[in-house]
This record gives sequence, structure tokens and C-alpha cells, in this order.
Amino acid sequence: MTFFRELAEKPWLAENGPLALSVAQKETNQFPAKTALKFFLGVVTVLFFLFTITFLSRSQSNDFQALSGEPWLPFTDAYQLWINTGILLLAGICLQFAVFSLKKQQMNLFILLISCGCLFSCLFIFGQINVWQNLYQAGFALAENPANSYFYLLTGIHGLHLIGGVLALSYVVWQFWLKNNNKKLVDNLTLCTVYWHYLFVVWLFLFALLTGNTATYKTIAAFCGF
Amino acid sequence: MTQTTHTAIADQVDDSHHPKSFISKYVWSQDHKVIAIQYSITAIGVGLVALVLSGMMRLQLGFPDQFSFIDPSSYLQFVTMHGMIMVIYLLTALLLGGFGNYLIPLMIGARDMVFPYLNMLSYWTYLLSVIVLLASFFVTGGPTGAGWTLYPPQAVLNGTPGAENGIVFMLISLAIFIVAFTMGGLNYVTTILQARAKGMTLMRMPLTIWGIFVATILGLLAFPALLVSAIMMMFDKLVGTSFFMPAILSLGENIDHKGGSPILFQHLFWFFGHPEVYIVALPAFGMVSDVIATHARKNIFGYRMMVWAIVAIGGLSFVVWAHHMYVSGMNPYFGFFFATTTLIIAVPTAIKVYNWLLTLWQGNIHLTIPMLFAIGFIFTFTHGGLTGLMLGNVVVDLPLSDTYFVVAHFHMVMGVSPVMVLFAAIYHWFPKVTGKFLHTGLGKIHFWGTFLGTYAIYLPMHYLGFLGVPRRYFAMGTTDFIPESAQALNASITVSAIIVGVIQLVFIFNLIWSVFKGKKAGDNPWNATTLEWQTTKTPPVHGNWGPSLPVVHRWAYDYSVPGVKDDFIPQNVAPDQVIMIEKVEGAENVEGMESNQKGDNT
Repeated sequence: MTFFRELAEKPWLAENGPLALSVAQKETNQFPAKTALKFFLGVVTVLFFLFTITFLSRSQSNDFQALSGEPWLPFTDAYQLWINTGILLLAGICLQFAVFSLKKQQMNLFILLISCGCLFSCLFIFGQINVWQNLYQAGFALAENPANSYFYLLTGIHGLHLIGGVLALSYVVWQFWLKNNNKKLVDNLTLCTVYWHYLFVVWLFLFALLTGNTATYKTIAAFCGF
Repeated sequence: MTQTTHTAIADQVDDSHHPKSFISKYVWSQDHKVIAIQYSITAIGVGLVALVLSGMMRLQLGFPDQFSFIDPSSYLQFVTMHGMIMVIYLLTALLLGGFGNYLIPLMIGARDMVFPYLNMLSYWTYLLSVIVLLASFFVTGGPTGAGWTLYPPQAVLNGTPGAENGIVFMLISLAIFIVAFTMGGLNYVTTILQARAKGMTLMRMPLTIWGIFVATILGLLAFPALLVSAIMMMFDKLVGTSFFMPAILSLGENIDHKGGSPILFQHLFWFFGHPEVYIVALPAFGMVSDVIATHARKNIFGYRMMVWAIVAIGGLSFVVWAHHMYVSGMNPYFGFFFATTTLIIAVPTAIKVYNWLLTLWQGNIHLTIPMLFAIGFIFTFTHGGLTGLMLGNVVVDLPLSDTYFVVAHFHMVMGVSPVMVLFAAIYHWFPKVTGKFLHTGLGKIHFWGTFLGTYAIYLPMHYLGFLGVPRRYFAMGTTDFIPESAQALNASITVSAIIVGVIQLVFIFNLIWSVFKGKKAGDNPWNATTLEWQTTKTPPVHGNWGPSLPVVHRWAYDYSVPGVKDDFIPQNVAPDQVIMIEKVEGAENVEGMESNQKGDNT
């Protein structure tokens, strides 16, 4: 680990020490937005991690009614969520191939793929809203039960992150439109793609968490020591 | 990830656009220095509001029922708003938004933050959070009076002041603040990691930057906990969910909530709240180290240990939070665990205190105003830290919890100490920000009034705590265990508090007066080594460094190097440019001193 090696340096031996190669280098494979994204993903991970902890803790109380496990519960058959999962996966794949096509300078394919990426992302949001509507109409309102509250809350926050991503992606493409800087677009688009894949993984995690049944929660909580 | 390569920022040409109009220069500015000043003025402004609030609380406590405009509800609102404003909107914002913004690019040799636009957005978002917070004074029912910890269920139940609207404004304001902090924080860490000048290795960074760096990482990881709790409490309040709200009988009626866990909120809150202590303390530790080294003309003792201690304290600060919750009830093994980790955190902290003292030891101490405040800090921090060790033990905490002993402890360690450093830092860096010195005579009045005055406030509070006087009470009433003399003590505390408050006006006057009439300072008035003092213009212009960025050849603490003519060597001076003393006689002595110097450092 270079970080720990650097921490062991003795900087007061100034004249003997090497000039900082990491900074003095002309070329580096880091750039600010990449570093910032790493930290940002860390922040978002902590956010969802903490929500998860509170969820597991809350799931142990008597009034908690899981959303699957019995035939009349909405996510015993979660086909709608599976469809949404597929849509979000497609969005990530489109963006990934948009990056590839951009590197090969296939601009028409790039425009097609990036549009599809945005379209599928929006479709995912609408799909989630549709799930909310169905859930509400089936009598699972937000404040009825903590499991419902968590479902609306966590899918909502995940959706907000995706909307933020779509805005950032639009900004990146708009900047490319204005300045026509191909290299910068590849960099920034790569970061967008990473963000999409990350949100897909978070969604898979939330999907598994929110559609568990009571026995699953009991097992996880026992495992975590709640 | 692509494998494309990028030119390091220190090697890039200056393509920053230089603003021309007044508005883009001073209002919607993307210059880190202007943003820093905006942050500082806003933070100090809102801090003065909090200072007035504390004065009102003290008036009631010192002279009960003499003031008709303070009723029990408004007293609780003053307590709450004072605490929240001071901890988050003043200290966090001033230390990281103000000093972080100003010092990071200058100290690491960069032209600006890596994302100037995001930086500007961060300030305006912060301002919005302050406006929302202050707006809660004017809504029906007034601001929340739930205590700065905002514990549910009482924070959202009718009967608590501000439960109608105040609490909602508070939660929204906190959420906005966290967004602002995250934007700023991502900027700080990325700038420190990516935009350092050539030769500025991590271990050549001044301790100020280390403190800000680790504190920012703590903030990025800890503020989400506050965001999570704010969002969930907002749901409980506004849409009737039961995340934190248990079934409860309120004002004779069953409320709609059931099954929620208030303790869960406490865990979340303190998972943020304890690192928050270090988000404030670590930049203060860093800045005070630089002030002490500069004004004692001596290299900081044990630089590596200082860095490691900052990193260790940062890591440990995430595993001590439940020591705030001993009275909430927990598994005794948890209490044992958290007491142990709390005591362990004293080890790196003590290392820092010893190293400050050993830096002063045999240094060429200049008792300038920044140095006075820095030495004052060592007193107040040691004092507050030692009472922290007492409260970290479960058996000591249980009887003292919720008494004035706790109030005295956290004000010494988290109120007075960082504020002492902030004053030291303002007196120290004001000549760089404005090109003028602050007035020394007024500074001395300010220091002695603040230092002695805060002791007059908080030392007696420890004693009140031992007596069992509870905190957060509007009036004590008649109790058997509190003697009447406690009231006399309270009155004297109030008088001291008002004097300290008024003395801060001297400081504000000094700030404004010195901007216009202060003595000219020059580029490097303290003969300091760090890069911010090596700019060619003071105050530094947009872009900081002119056509070429500085190159760093040494660490930040080459003070009183044996054999060298000046008693400091700036970081950007190359070895062959250092002017040595002409060797006429006593050459052996010089060598002897050199070996001592090395011995000091290892």
C-alpha cells in the first residue's frame, strides 16, 4: 500500500528524500473527477449501509410485517421488480457499449446507445413509481407498516440517486456538445458508467433486502447479533 | 476503467478563467479565497446569533425570573439553537468551509480547488441551510426546543416547543447543510490528493492540511448518519411512519405511531455526533501545530507521530459513539467495549499534547497573539480532555450524566478549545488574507478576557455538576441537594459569560478596524515556512501563484536549522539556495547542534 509506505517517510531528512514522484510525474492514470467519484461512492455506500442497519434492527419488532413469504403479500411474486431490474441492467449495458463505441469513433452508434441508456434509466424510474402505485392500491400504504415505509423510502432514495445520475450524464453530453472534447467525454462517460453499475449493484442488494420474508430477517438479525 | 493517462495538475498550464465583473469576482465567485471569506463571514455571523442565545440562557440561569421575555419554552429553544448553530453551522463551517477553503490550495501549492464551480455551489447551499435554520425563528411555534440532539419521541411530540414547524425546518436545514458539506468535502479531499505541487509528498504537508484532510473524510463518512436520521425523522413527523416513534400516550391521547425505536435514533445520531467532535477538533489540532511551530521558531516535535495520531484518532472516532448513551441503557459488555475504546483514544490525543509541549520546550517562543491563543488552547484542551476521561467510564458517567459537569466538559473540549484555535488561526492568517496585522493591544485584551473569562464560566460548572445540578432545566425550584450558594455561583457564571460575550465585540471591532487601518504586514510577516506565505502578492491574487507553480523541496518545519543564516527555510527553497552562516569559528558547535536536531526528531 503506497499510502502506508508514504506515512513511514521521514520528511525532515529533506535533502536525502526523493522528490514526490507521484506528483512530479507528467502522466498519471488518476484525474480529479475519478477520485471524487470514488469518495462519493463511499459516501453513498455508507448512506445505504446505515439505512440497512436500521432496517434490520426495525425488522425485529413485533409490528413488522415483511412484504413477502405469504401468498397475499405483494412481493411473494415480485415479477414487476424483476422487470425493472432487467431495465436498469439494460441501461448500464447501453452506457457501457456507448463508451466502447465512442472509443472506436462510431458516433451514430454512440448517440443511439446513450439515448437508449437514458431512456431505460427513465423507464426504470417510471417502473418503480408504477410499483409504488400498485403497492398503494393493494393497501400497502407508506405509514401502514415499517416494511412498507422502508420500501418506499429506500426505493425512493435509490431513484433519486439515479435521477441525479441522469442529470450528470446530460451535463456531460451537453458539455461535449459545446466543447467537442472527445477525450474528456470518454473520461466522464466512463465515470457515469461506473456510477450506473454501482447503482445496479445497490439495487440488487435493496431488492434482496426489501423482498425478504420474516424468517430471512430473523436469520440475518441473529447472525448480526441484534 | 480506461487506461488513458492524464497530465498531473501540477504540470498543467493555467487555463483558469479570470473573472472581470464585480459579481463574478465577489458574489458568484469560484475563487477559493473569496468562497472561504464568504463561508467565514456567514459562519461568524450565525455564530454571533448563537452567542446571544447563550447570553439569554445565562440571564435566566443567573437571575431566574427577572426577564419576562424568557419563558420555559423559549429557554429550551435557545438551548437547542445555541448548540446546533455552534457545533454545525459555526465550527464545522468555519474550520472546513472557511479555513479549509482558504488554506488547502495555498498550502499545497495549487491554483484553486479542483472543482471551483462545485465549491461555489457548496457555499450557496450552506447559506441556504443557514437561512432555513434562521427562518425557523419566525414560523408558528418558533424553532425546535428539543435539545441539540433532537431525540425522538419528544422532538416531534406536541408539547415540545417548535414541534409544529420548528423541527421540520431544523431537519430540512440539516439535510441541506449535509449536501453542502458533501460538495465541499469531495472537493477538499480530491484537491489534497490530486492538486499538490511538485515535491509536496503527503508527509511534507503541513499538519493543518493533515487535520483538514482527515476531518473531511470523517465528515463524508459521518454526516450520512445524520442525513439518514433526519430523513427518517422527517417521515415520522410528516407522513406518520414509525421508524423512531414508539406507541405512546401524549397529552392524554394515544398517538398514531407504534413500534419505533427511539434508541435507534440515538445510535444514528451519535454515530455522526462523535466523529463530529473530531471533525471540529482535527483541523484545530493541525492549525495549532503550525501556529506553535512558527511562533516558537522550532520544528514540530514528532511530525510523523502527529500525522499518525491524526489518522488514528480519525479511525477510533467511529467506534466510541455509544459512550454518549450510557444512561440510555445497553448491554453491559457494550458499555465495557465503548468505555475501553474511549480511553484508548486518549493515547494518540495525549501524544499530540505532549508533542505541542515538547515543541515549545527550548523553543524561541514569541508571545504573539496567535501564540497566546495556541498556548491557551493547550490548557483548555488538556482540561476538557481529562474530564472526558472521567466521563468515558460508565460508572463515573452514570451519576454525572445530564448534570453541569457534562456541560463544563464538552464546552471546554469542544467549545472553548476549537474557538481558541480559531482565534489563533485568525490572528495568524489575517495578515495573509488582508495584508494587514490585527491590532496587538486589542488582541491582548481579547485573549486575556476570553481565556480567563471562559475559565470563570466553566470551572465552577464542574462543581455544580458534582452537586448534581441538572442541565437543560429552566429553573431549579427548591431542592434538598442543591444549596443556595449554587445560585450565587450561577450568578457569577452569568456575569463572566456576559463579560466574555462583550469582549468578543472587541474582536469584531478589531477585525473591521484592521482591514482598513491595520499595520501593513508584507508577504511573510511571521517568517513562516509553509507555501501560503510564499506568494508574491498579499493578499494572493486569483490563481495564487502567477505563471508558475511552486516546487517543494522540504517539509513544512525547517525552523532554526543549525548553520543556516535565517531561522526558517521556506518549503519552496531548493537546497542550493539556502544561505548558510559563513564558517569563521565554532564550526564544531554547529555540527553538535545538528546531531541534537536529528535526535529530537526520531
